[in-house]
Amino acid sequence: MVLRFILRRLASGVVLIVVISTIAFGLLYVGGGDIARRILGQTATAETVAQKTEQLGLNRPLYEQFVDWVSHAVVGDFGTSWFTGQEVIQAISSRVAVTLSLVIGATLISAIVAVLLGVWAARQRGWPDRLVQVISVLGFAIPGFLIALGLVIVFAINLGWFKPTGFVQFATSPSGWLSSITLPVIALAIGGIAGVTQQIRGSVIDALRQDYVRTLRSRGLSANRVIYKHVLRNAGGPALAVLAVQFVGLLGGAVIVEQVFAIPGLGQVAVTATNQGDIPLVMGLVVVTAIIVVVVNLVIDILQGFLNPKVRLS
Amino acid sequence: MPLPDPQLTPALEERAARVSLFRKLLKNPVGLIALIFLGLLVLSAIFAPLLAPSDPNTASLQEVLAPPGGEHPLGADSAGRDVLSRLLFATRFSLAGALLALAVAAIIGVVSGLIAGYFGKWFDSVSSWFAGLLMALPGIVVLLAARAVLGPSMWLSMAIFGVLLSPAFFRLVYASVSAVRNELYVDAARVAGLSDARIIARHILTVVRAPVIIQAAMITGIAIAIQAGLDFLGLGDTTVPSWGSMLNDAFAKIYTNPDLMIWPASAIALTCIALTLLANVMRDELERTAGPVKRRKNRNRDTEAPVVKAAHLSTVGMATISEEERRLALEQPAASESREIVHPVVVHPDPEDGGRSSTGNPFGEELLSVRNLAVGYDQPDGSIKVVVNDVSLRVRRGEVHGLIGESGSGKTQTAWSVLRLLPDGGRVIDGSISFEGKDLAHATENEMTKLRGAKIAYIPQEPMSNLDASFTIGSQLVEPMRVVLGLGKAEATTRALGLLERVGIPNPQRTFDAYPHEVSGGMAQRVLIAGAISCDPDLLIADEPTTALDVTVQAEVLSLLRELQAELNMGVILVTHNFGVVADLCDRVSVMRAGRIVETGPVRSIFAAPEHEYTKALFAAILEEGEARGELVTAQTEKEGLR
Repeated sequence: MVLRFILRRLASGVVLIVVISTIAFGLLYVGGGDIARRILGQTATAETVAQKTEQLGLNRPLYEQFVDWVSHAVVGDFGTSWFTGQEVIQAISSRVAVTLSLVIGATLISAIVAVLLGVWAARQRGWPDRLVQVISVLGFAIPGFLIALGLVIVFAINLGWFKPTGFVQFATSPSGWLSSITLPVIALAIGGIAGVTQQIRGSVIDALRQDYVRTLRSRGLSANRVIYKHVLRNAGGPALAVLAVQFVGLLGGAVIVEQVFAIPGLGQVAVTATNQGDIPLVMGLVVVTAIIVVVVNLVIDILQGFLNPKVRLS
Repeated sequence: MPLPDPQLTPALEERAARVSLFRKLLKNPVGLIALIFLGLLVLSAIFAPLLAPSDPNTASLQEVLAPPGGEHPLGADSAGRDVLSRLLFATRFSLAGALLALAVAAIIGVVSGLIAGYFGKWFDSVSSWFAGLLMALPGIVVLLAARAVLGPSMWLSMAIFGVLLSPAFFRLVYASVSAVRNELYVDAARVAGLSDARIIARHILTVVRAPVIIQAAMITGIAIAIQAGLDFLGLGDTTVPSWGSMLNDAFAKIYTNPDLMIWPASAIALTCIALTLLANVMRDELERTAGPVKRRKNRNRDTEAPVVKAAHLSTVGMATISEEERRLALEQPAASESREIVHPVVVHPDPEDGGRSSTGNPFGEELLSVRNLAVGYDQPDGSIKVVVNDVSLRVRRGEVHGLIGESGSGKTQTAWSVLRLLPDGGRVIDGSISFEGKDLAHATENEMTKLRGAKIAYIPQEPMSNLDASFTIGSQLVEPMRVVLGLGKAEATTRALGLLERVGIPNPQRTFDAYPHEVSGGMAQRVLIAGAISCDPDLLIADEPTTALDVTVQAEVLSLLRELQAELNMGVILVTHNFGVVADLCDRVSVMRAGRIVETGPVRSIFAAPEHEYTKALFAAILEEGEARGELVTAQTEKEGLR
């Protein structure tokens, strides 16, 4: 039962990845215009341009190029960068861990802080509720990179608590690594906290009004016990759904935040590849992002099933 | 990109059409400030060429990083360009870019949402799937990919971003339209021969208008943020001044001239905040307008099943009175009588042979004594809505005291106040509740937690909604026993299985392992009864324990209750609207109406000689129906009886 559920979600994820890569391939290769000319610059002769086109296989029919790309992509070979000559998969895999650690860190922090704030606001109402509302409106409204810039100016430049830029590998120095990702993770988490807190607050308020809460309390269970065991588990479903959306948002936000803190993650590759028009690299990035999104949604779906027996059984 | 969740708004759609949103915004201080700020922003964007002291793109080597003042009121940037002029023109382009994205998103989203929601069929599934696809990828990655082939055009980027944002509108419109499509008034319009286009324009666009406006404010904010982000990355069009590119320029000088960041950063932050606040205020205002309707629905659910809505509305005045009036009313009965005619309670004396319950046991000591109880709900305007007034009743051990009355008469509120589990905002405002010598009206929450389950138990009305759907039935039975009785897991499990068997569940182990949605309503009610008696309570409060069940199951559950009551010798408060149930189970009955007890006494004397008109009316209703069991006082009979 559970296995079939997972397989079905997995299949729809694969379809999503296939559709996204097909569309991306079409747009990138058709919309790209004279790619060889762009790589070689305006001074190149027509002859060298033709040679380059031939070398990249761009003179073949589009479907042939696509079949070629797909047959390599399914085994993880996304070709080589047109500009650095590095293998695409290598350029991406060396950086994907950095970005994921930022985004996963920010997601976990968002989830924990949002649960505490959301439950607090929903139970106290009154001024704590209003305070949490204001914080979440601000956190939602202000773009993540502005928050990142603010953090850099205050905590790195003025107070000097952190280095404003630069990234330390975990293997080099765990404490250095922690210090180098603290500000970026906070910058990313604030937006996530804002969104998830609102959701938790709303679903806890809803759950508190449910009849079973009164019945459980009538059996002699304390309010705290009912909230943290029963209410939160029921409020968890919608909150997880928001968390999934937030994760996708954070993945995008990381592109910009990495730039602010000069962190060598996917964002940096993406910006460089985009500026140069390095299409194999861009294709690889799109596919890898799609895979990450599909995997995250699958994990969330499984967690949902764990939280809600009805989802699990249907 | 976290899109605002369209699900947040459905509750307010129905009334949206009649609300003059704009006028309400002007009255709300936050909305007014946000509107003024955005208005000034638009004006400065329009009149940028007139306001700007110089050309935004004219660089000057002499003026590089010039401090504010003189020719450059806000200074000059790293290329010697005038910051104020750039800021004004940047406002122009940033807003225009965001509006382009908004227009694209709104047109695609609203049109496809209307078509998919109204006509459905294949377009529905295709577009819903496509919307999911667009929302699956982080917007910025798509924009970066587009930038790779299309070059750094802000307009193209924003148009593409508009496409990416269109699901936000699509889902919103789709949800509203498919909800409205099958409403009766839309059917009526169709029967009346209106064309689809007329129906859409007349009935459907009005419904989605307000939510779409709210969504538009959010979307504009998101578009401004993402556009600033792209330009900040240096991927934008360098010939067009924008807030993001100004920020990019300033970021390069973050150590030497951090001040340069202030203007573009504040412009982005304030605009996004203003748009988000505007959306929130609009949503709040719409919800407030829709409020009374919602609140009435909630109250019906909270108090009674909505059986006798018509009668409830016509005969029950849950008077809203101010604190001052309430004080007067409570202190001076005469004053309240002049305002509202309160008949004295008809009290039937105890019978001579007294002290014998219907089950034959002699009544024991007094368990519960409620005196002059008043229950009220705090209203937003500071007044208190009184739902129970001057209610007195007592329950002895072994005695079953029925509380009968129509929906909204305050019987459930009375029951909940004994448990001190009134819904939010509700509290005991007067009187005392004495249980085994303790005053529950003033007990602390900790004291109440110790009493609940162990001494006072509760059986709810609606079996399904009173079980937590996320936990197995067994764990919901075991948990309170472990907390209240301090049993170990194995012990509590054995006891729970025994209880399930005692309440007549055929396969206790299977029910123990089941989730609530896997059992029938009758089974669930038995489970709730088992839970209520699990810790050997002295007093049982049963709130219409059979109303939600099938007629055949009702009889079984009633006899189970009677058996358990006799076996455990509990005092019981039985809330019901059914005289058949009263005759079946109760020793004593209090008839409630409009928050007061109108007649009280032993069941036999009230059945023999009802004195209060309302009691008589309730009896008349039974006689008309001629049916002594089952749904006695239905909405129809009750209404007729009262007429």
